[in-house]
Amino acid sequence: MDTTGIVFRIQKFALHDGPGIRTTIFLKGCPLRCVWCHNPEGQEPGEQVMQPLSGSSAGPQRVGRRFRVEALLNQIEKDRLFYDESGGGVTFSGGEPLRQDVFLDAMLRTCRRRELHTVVDTSGHAPLSVMEKVAPLADLFLYDLKLMDDEAHRRFTGVSNRAVLENLLLLNRLGRPFRIRIPMVPGITDGESNLRRIADFLEPLDAQHGVDLLPYHRIGEGKYRRLRMQLPVEMPANRQGIDMEAAAAMFASRGFRVHIGG
Amino acid sequence: MNDRIRRLREHSLNTPPRLSAERAIWITDFYEKGLALTESVPVQRAMAFRHLLENKEIYIGEGELIVGERGPAPKATPTYPEVCLHTAEDLALIDGREKVPFRVDAETMRIYRERIEPFWKGRTIREKIFAHMTDEWKRAYETGIFTEFQEQRSPGHTAMGGKIYHGGFQELIDHIRRRAASLDFINDPEALDRFEELRAMEIAADAIVSYARRHADMLRKMAAESSDPDRRSELLQMAEICRRVPARAPESFWEALQAYWFVHVGVITELNPWDAFNPGRLDQHLWPFYRRERAAGTLTEERARELLCAFWIKFNNHPAPPKTGVTLKESSTYVDFALINLGGVTCTNKDAVNELTYLILDVVEEMRLLQPSSMVQLSRKNPDRFLRRALRIVRTGFGQPSIFNTEAIVQELVAQGKSVVDAREGGASGCVEAGAFGREAYFLTGYFNLPKVLEITLNNGVDPRTGKRIGLETGHAGAFLHFDQLLEAFSRQVRHFVDIKIRGNNVIERINARHMPVPFLSLLIDDCIENGKDYNDGGPRYNTSYIQGVGLGSLTDSLTALHRHVFEDGTVSMEQMLAALAADFDGYDGLHSTLVHETAKYGNDDDEADEVMQAAFEIYHQAVDGRPNTRGGVHRINLLPTTCHVYFGSVTGALPDGRKAGVPLSEGISPVQGADVNGPTAVVKSAAKLDHLRTGGTLLNQKFLPQVLADDAGLDRLLHLIRTYFRMDGHHIQFNVVSPEMLRRAQAQPDAYRDLIVRVAGYSDYFVDLSEALQEEIIRRTAHAFR
Repeated sequence: MDTTGIVFRIQKFALHDGPGIRTTIFLKGCPLRCVWCHNPEGQEPGEQVMQPLSGSSAGPQRVGRRFRVEALLNQIEKDRLFYDESGGGVTFSGGEPLRQDVFLDAMLRTCRRRELHTVVDTSGHAPLSVMEKVAPLADLFLYDLKLMDDEAHRRFTGVSNRAVLENLLLLNRLGRPFRIRIPMVPGITDGESNLRRIADFLEPLDAQHGVDLLPYHRIGEGKYRRLRMQLPVEMPANRQGIDMEAAAAMFASRGFRVHIGG
Repeated sequence: MNDRIRRLREHSLNTPPRLSAERAIWITDFYEKGLALTESVPVQRAMAFRHLLENKEIYIGEGELIVGERGPAPKATPTYPEVCLHTAEDLALIDGREKVPFRVDAETMRIYRERIEPFWKGRTIREKIFAHMTDEWKRAYETGIFTEFQEQRSPGHTAMGGKIYHGGFQELIDHIRRRAASLDFINDPEALDRFEELRAMEIAADAIVSYARRHADMLRKMAAESSDPDRRSELLQMAEICRRVPARAPESFWEALQAYWFVHVGVITELNPWDAFNPGRLDQHLWPFYRRERAAGTLTEERARELLCAFWIKFNNHPAPPKTGVTLKESSTYVDFALINLGGVTCTNKDAVNELTYLILDVVEEMRLLQPSSMVQLSRKNPDRFLRRALRIVRTGFGQPSIFNTEAIVQELVAQGKSVVDAREGGASGCVEAGAFGREAYFLTGYFNLPKVLEITLNNGVDPRTGKRIGLETGHAGAFLHFDQLLEAFSRQVRHFVDIKIRGNNVIERINARHMPVPFLSLLIDDCIENGKDYNDGGPRYNTSYIQGVGLGSLTDSLTALHRHVFEDGTVSMEQMLAALAADFDGYDGLHSTLVHETAKYGNDDDEADEVMQAAFEIYHQAVDGRPNTRGGVHRINLLPTTCHVYFGSVTGALPDGRKAGVPLSEGISPVQGADVNGPTAVVKSAAKLDHLRTGGTLLNQKFLPQVLADDAGLDRLLHLIRTYFRMDGHHIQFNVVSPEMLRRAQAQPDAYRDLIVRVAGYSDYFVDLSEALQEEIIRRTAHAFR
């Protein structure tokens, strides 16, 4: 068992990544380049250096640490009692967790043996074979749907949405539970027609456990700077008054269990 | 809340605390006239108590439903010159100080100068205490190694049990007489002492009954003069209540509240106990009255709510008596620590939460007052609804209620030798202190500055601030080859100062037992009557003395840093470390950054630091726990700070964890401010590695972003966090939910934020009343949560 993975953050007491109290493992590396990305340190697959916050006496910070399965499990196990008490567990997020599929597969199998509840928080952008392998191992998928228009999807995320939609249909076929998450990015994903097309697409799927509308905050800028990365030109500004309620009402009226926030 | 309650509440909130000479005048009058010179001390004290209650002004406010004030009016706060004399100079300071002031008018000033001060100078308990303290005690006290709770206040520190609801003072008098008649003067060498104590108790019991009847008379008079027929009938009803209770057992919900309140006023008039007094398990005591009257249709929920609100306001009318000097610094607040307990288990170990519990929680939320404090005792047996309701109040951000673990409290008390039933009927009072309510005298004797003792250890017994040797010569720190040698030296220094403190405690206990008995309080706490012994002299069933450890987080992180960098890695020599500390890290930026950012810290579920914490805990526990006091009990530890971590910080130099000189220490068992970077589950896990069950209480402060608690999912996560902490035997946890921006605004415009209440440490306080150092600390604590 020498499988290793690169993790860029371990977030305990994660509140919005599935049921109960959870530890979220952020796996490094993502094939997408969403212009609104607030976790730019999750994009590159390898280790990086992040400069300290201005005004902090701390030195530069290494982002990305290689873990063996056992070592990462030890971190996850630390909060076992909290999972037991709250019906929580571990969430694998990213970056794009399916990108480190061998490691993810090993983690999910070990978690299952140890009776840890698992969630995979994914963009869905991965080869069908990878999704096929992982689908039966996770207890729940948090599945991002961003843009139904393929052209727009390519423009704002850098990749086509074909694999995303096919993988979602696969999950549904296999009867694996998933929640849909829609990042409500002003002027990009929050358009009425995009949301309606998402609803159209989801309507026939029966394994879905609801829709989360995620509010957008432009909070990643500092991190781009500290990573010496170029800020995406099209990164939208915060917009006040984005009508989450109306969007939620639309989904609700079509029979979805909808929730604002993660 | 209805108009009446709104008016009473506003009045209480808007009345500034002022100093009243009333009590000082009557107590001076009593002793000046020599009214009881030939009597024994307990009887003298009881007669003095009667003299106060016979002569003090009766205050009945407009629209009041519960009556009885310690002073001549709300917020009119007495002094206790027989314990601690305030000189004219003190009074000027108290009047003029920015934080926790009391207005002192010219007439009051004159009375103190001309009458109170000349009479009491040289006769106070405070002077007796200092006269009996050794030079080494005084040096340690002045250095800020420990504080002394009893130098300005009498011991007190207990809570009411259930007995005043089952029987009236008439029954207590019967009990006293039976006991006096059964004294064995032939075989019991203390028979006469018991007889005198019992006589004193009887006088005190009579005095409180007469005091209640003075209210009855006044109420009847007011009724006769009232033009409002509703109020008139209300006043007559109140007169009837005050005629019946506390002489007889209360029969109605209203009578029960009024009976307690008279008792409360009695305790805080007799002396100035620290903490004041406390109804303890209020929902349990009142539940039989509530249930009975609700079933009989004689009480509506609305009326019960109104009475409870009126009761709440009475507590708020009574600020802690004015403190000065170190005592002010260690407890810089108006709060007098009445902590009402809700929930928990019954004496037969059943879920104790009832519908009245929820009604009282409504009142806590609605009243939003500093006093009384409130807490929920959370048992495994209590439903989640109970905790969820409490957390909805926590979410509103005024720091109440705090949350306690019933199973931990019960185990702590049982481990101390209490019966399991007494433990179940107990709870936490003051900040977080476990006690057997109605049956235990558990004195808090003072705070103990653990990091300062490390500083002294690192300097071979010398306080680097003054250059004075106050500790043992345990060797030059640079000569220690192993971490264990450092721990051993530290352990010897702790023991040294604890010995000094305990010697002082034992002397002070005897002074209070001999010169300042409290026959009225003794009536209330079992088994003082049966033992014919005073509350201050080992009369209660259980008698405990606490020394409260402060700065466990700072101590742990400092020892961890020394262990890692000096002894394990050898990347910095002890000499360099000592030089950096002496320079307050000026010119040592690299080392400082390493200490702050690259060292394991307590509060992150990191065993490297947490194991050091456990070792430090053992050292302190071993130095104190089980050592006898003079009342047939022993000393114990608990870990809480009130505001003392600020004072202790101000006298402690730079520490090896990177903390600079003068900065507040960590408080309670919370991590050093800002050192916990792995979130609340990690904090809770670190804190749970401490053996709570061998303490008499620990205090864990957690800060939360309001967003975390904004929705029910967040609330549920918090609920599970608490349940898990308690599953690991954690004793207590409390929450602050305010944003740093709001606190900054409050600092800039205090007038606009007069009502902003924040959790300090085991109690809540008005933010604008806090010292600037404490304000800064709370902002730091809060800002940390917002990163």
